[in-house]
Amino acid sequence: MPERASKILVTAVLAVAAVYFLLPVYWLAVAATKTTTGLYGSSGLWFSEPRLWTNLGQLFSHDGGIYLRWVANTLLYAGVGALAGTWLSAACGYAIAKFSFRGREMVFNLVLGGVLIPFTVLALPLYLIFSSLGLANTYASVLLPSMVSPFGVYLARIYADAAIPDELLESGRIDGAGEFRIFNTIVLRLMKPALVTVFLFQFVAIWTNYFLPLVMLSDSSLYSLPLGLAAWSTASERDAVLTQLTVGGAFVSVVPLMIAMLFLQRYWKGGLTEGSVKS
Amino acid sequence: MRRTKGTRLAVAGLVGPFLLLFLAFFIAPVLYTLYRSLLVVHRSGPLGLGGAENVFGGLTNYRWALEDPGFLAGFGRILLFGVVQVPVMILGATVLALLLDTASARWKGFFRSAYFLPYGVPGVIASILWGFLYTPGISPVSELFGALGIPVDFLSSGSILWSIANIVTWTYAGYNMLVIIAQLNAIDPALREAARIDGANAWQIAIRIKLPLIRPALVLNTVFSIIGTLQLFTEPLLLKPLSGYIDVEYTPNMSAYAEAFTNNDYGLAAAQSIIVAVTCFVLSFGFLKLVGRRGA
Repeated sequence: MPERASKILVTAVLAVAAVYFLLPVYWLAVAATKTTTGLYGSSGLWFSEPRLWTNLGQLFSHDGGIYLRWVANTLLYAGVGALAGTWLSAACGYAIAKFSFRGREMVFNLVLGGVLIPFTVLALPLYLIFSSLGLANTYASVLLPSMVSPFGVYLARIYADAAIPDELLESGRIDGAGEFRIFNTIVLRLMKPALVTVFLFQFVAIWTNYFLPLVMLSDSSLYSLPLGLAAWSTASERDAVLTQLTVGGAFVSVVPLMIAMLFLQRYWKGGLTEGSVKS
Repeated sequence: MRRTKGTRLAVAGLVGPFLLLFLAFFIAPVLYTLYRSLLVVHRSGPLGLGGAENVFGGLTNYRWALEDPGFLAGFGRILLFGVVQVPVMILGATVLALLLDTASARWKGFFRSAYFLPYGVPGVIASILWGFLYTPGISPVSELFGALGIPVDFLSSGSILWSIANIVTWTYAGYNMLVIIAQLNAIDPALREAARIDGANAWQIAIRIKLPLIRPALVLNTVFSIIGTLQLFTEPLLLKPLSGYIDVEYTPNMSAYAEAFTNNDYGLAAAQSIIVAVTCFVLSFGFLKLVGRRGA
């Protein structure tokens, strides 16, 4: 039965790959239940004197509950940044797709070039600019630059080109609706599939970003989660307690993510290659 | 008349906000970096203690950057990294996407999610995580290899670069796979059906039909991976305390960061950043040219 054999073979290869991607997360789940000594003294693949609740209690209470503060900060940076970024990208992409104005192609090409700019070129001068304005080490210094998504404009333009019929806009105008009303009520709704992709893309980009907060923030109460965990990880060389907190903190941050990915990954499938599919 | 005016106002209102932020946080920093890269610190007085001022230095910073053996070594390292890691990751992602696209695959949804999950794990957390998995005494992986009689040291001078490559691959392979799957889903089902009726087997359909059609996704993935490689920073920085073989100039971005924030030499840091950016452009466009010509 060659069909059955190929089924087994394909599934086996896929399973081996799954082990590669999931093993570190499994290790993390196991390690989060151990004491610092248990981390070193026991097998990494199995539980040893599990005490997850004690560890979590320590994680959430350490340093006046700073971990939860980092979680809240990260949600603020990524949530607000991605939401504002999505609206801005949608408006710009839609205008480029549906209006003809002077410098239209130039604006689009300039924005597209922005995708290629490495973050060091941006982050170092941004720090100098923000600190000269007295804005370094504030929420704004991380939030404002996070709202700019050149890739979002690109996707929005491609999608608006394909999905928004001119007739619809025209009938809206004939009915006397203003351009902003048309955009906010009709266009945004039609662009929803693409905007979900832009939002998720930007959310993950901000949430995983380390360089920008690292450069901007010095006050640990403003830290994002990655920045805070990196600080704990570095300090754990001097203070062994922090090793377990780093592990526990990493675990707690990955769990909601796993759940979110399970639910959200279907939204990613559309839109990602919108520009390159067909022509 | 009113119509044109209204339209103009609408365009300004729609494009304006994004463009303003884009100019402030993308274009202005780039111009400022260019400007700072041309300034050198000039010290006066005995032993240079009389005070420092920035004076125009032409391309001096660029010369210093390109004469710094540490910076150049970082560049070489990153190029070697990219030449190996990018093809391995793209190939892996393509194989996984094609396997998931066959009729033989089971539990597709679960596998797809499992592979994609690491994409949402920040580089910092991925590095901490893998750092533990590389540390002898903690790592079940080392344990496993040790039990098999193969001693491995993930943090040695010869393997540390590939240990970093593994973290990057782990993080982004699933994302690349998803981009390819999106393109596979866009293939006209009639095309597969026709090939199947003509007697093509699954392997032939994958190689002759699917592979050529997912080319745009592969090109997109490769360009993004090239850009990502040149910007490598978080992973080596986080692994640095674990391995003595990672120094502050391990990658070009680490060099620029150290120059700016440890040595307070913004001019040199700016020049190094610009060199990274120019290399990014050259390699990305070079790659696009290369595949564009072959495709024609």
